[in-house]
Amino acid sequence: MRKFWKNVNARFKIGLIITLIFLVIGFVVYYFPHVNPFTYNSYPKKLQPSWEHWLGTTSRGQDVAWLLVEAIHNSLSIGLIVATIGTVVGVLVGLIAGFSGGIVDRVLTVITDTFVVIPSLPILVLMTALMKGTSTVMLMALVLAMFAWAWPSRQIRSMALSMKEREFIQTAWFSGEGTLQVVVTEILPYALTWSLSNFMNATLSAIASESSLAVLGLSPANLISLGNMIQWARDYNAIFARQWFWIGSPIVATVILFIGLFMLITGYNDYLSKKRGR
Amino acid sequence: MKFWKYFGLRLLTWALTIFIGVTFIFFIPRMFPSDPVETMIGQIQSRSGQMDPQQMESLRRSLRVQFGLEGSLGEQYVSFLWKGLLHFDFGPSLMSYPTPAGEIISTYLPYTLMLSLFSTILAWCVGNFIGLLAGFRKDKRSSKIMEGIAICIYPIPYFIIALVLQIVFAFLLGWFPLQTTITMMGTTADYIASLLKASVLPAISLLLVGTGWWIISMKSMSSTTAAEDFVLYARYRGLSEGKIGRSYVFRNSILTQVTALAMSLGGVFNGSIMTEIIFSYPGVGTLIQKAILQSDYNMILGCITISIVAISTATLIADLIYPLIDPRIRYS
Repeated sequence: MRKFWKNVNARFKIGLIITLIFLVIGFVVYYFPHVNPFTYNSYPKKLQPSWEHWLGTTSRGQDVAWLLVEAIHNSLSIGLIVATIGTVVGVLVGLIAGFSGGIVDRVLTVITDTFVVIPSLPILVLMTALMKGTSTVMLMALVLAMFAWAWPSRQIRSMALSMKEREFIQTAWFSGEGTLQVVVTEILPYALTWSLSNFMNATLSAIASESSLAVLGLSPANLISLGNMIQWARDYNAIFARQWFWIGSPIVATVILFIGLFMLITGYNDYLSKKRGR
Repeated sequence: MKFWKYFGLRLLTWALTIFIGVTFIFFIPRMFPSDPVETMIGQIQSRSGQMDPQQMESLRRSLRVQFGLEGSLGEQYVSFLWKGLLHFDFGPSLMSYPTPAGEIISTYLPYTLMLSLFSTILAWCVGNFIGLLAGFRKDKRSSKIMEGIAICIYPIPYFIIALVLQIVFAFLLGWFPLQTTITMMGTTADYIASLLKASVLPAISLLLVGTGWWIISMKSMSSTTAAEDFVLYARYRGLSEGKIGRSYVFRNSILTQVTALAMSLGGVFNGSIMTEIIFSYPGVGTLIQKAILQSDYNMILGCITISIVAISTATLIADLIYPLIDPRIRYS
């Protein structure tokens, strides 16, 4: 572990630290006892930041800091669920396509390519517009996951195609291992390092898509995500009232989270390519 | 001969993409329990009070025809493909009844196309230029600073950049209007002036994110190319750095970037929708938002169908240009 830390680049370290801070806020601090930030008029309205209210209160008398914690929790949950589903399905479809070949490969490739090219946002807009009000975190994540599997699947397929020809795979075939065993013991470990970087990427883009939908007013009303928090502040005219902490804190949080995740991804990729000696 | 095979395959993929996408958006609304006709009848009733049942039945029937909900699922599907996909006829718009949705979209679409094409191409050129310099001379301090800036801008979602620009330049500094208005009245000069004023901030937000991405990808591409043997050989031959940069590194790394441009168009369109909504720029994005607020399904379906066709076509064009610039292409 210490050796790993010495070998990785600065970008990876900064990204990892930022991401960990957000994970702690979203999944540890979130469970500290606190007043439900949804309740209106828990506190006096429009307070400036103070020791009791680190980021002040909203014009509805809610604590901004706890709203933000709740938003980070929900955004991260959606991102992680989508990334998990997308990566698992993507890797499976990619491996099946790459290894079966023939007509199965053709059909899967056409479907995958379509999903890569199709503009996802309009279709997400259509689906969320239809279930306006009835959707939950899980449903939202499932809808977003529909577009999260295509890219990893395409990459894993080409990876599988090139690996099929490698010597150690050939050796495994000839020594009598079944397709499933070859895939699980030989290919999967190889694909996993790549999948990890894809997983982080998928988390990032899922959070971005969800917040875009929130700005369109399509995120469930009872769910506060980073995007939804920005949208609410806009709806209650936080800009015109110059309540910068209310509208600013989710914006700053999103920006830092995204830069952190992105640095983690690129840093990790650089580390991988250095390790391979390129 | 090989070219025609490549051409045919690309054309087939293009048609399939549109077909699958459109099939998708046809079946999704029909899987949900909400019925647009009943929604609309509810709206009409709330506006004009009670109607007698017979009148309502005939209204319901004529609305079913207009929404393409007449007949079996198969018939509806065929007629949707025929009318919607081939003639861009999506039935009347609900929010400005009875103007056809297609007609309204066609007045909004040029604005979106103009905004996104202009900013995409500019971002591609600027980003690749900076990225090439940064990758070719990667040890210079300026290269590292440029890359650092790009890394901090690219991952931020479009609407946040748009929102921050709006707060800073429109609200705090007051250089631009908060809400876009384009004067249709008055002279052509007035129109163009207001259009330009309205487009500056949306275009800048799209440009920033786009340029960031092209800098990052071009930098990594060109620094890999610059380390290859044939570049080293060119150095030994004593060629000037400018010549090496232009004819060796640039020509080899730009090819991948053309394909990447084709792949990125869907994302650019998504970003354009979000940016338009923040600035209420009169494009398809704003139209989609209005349509959602008023549950105008014909309009939503129309916007989505047209955007799928537009993006697939743009991707097709970029794919077809590719063999023209890469002499080594094997049409695979």
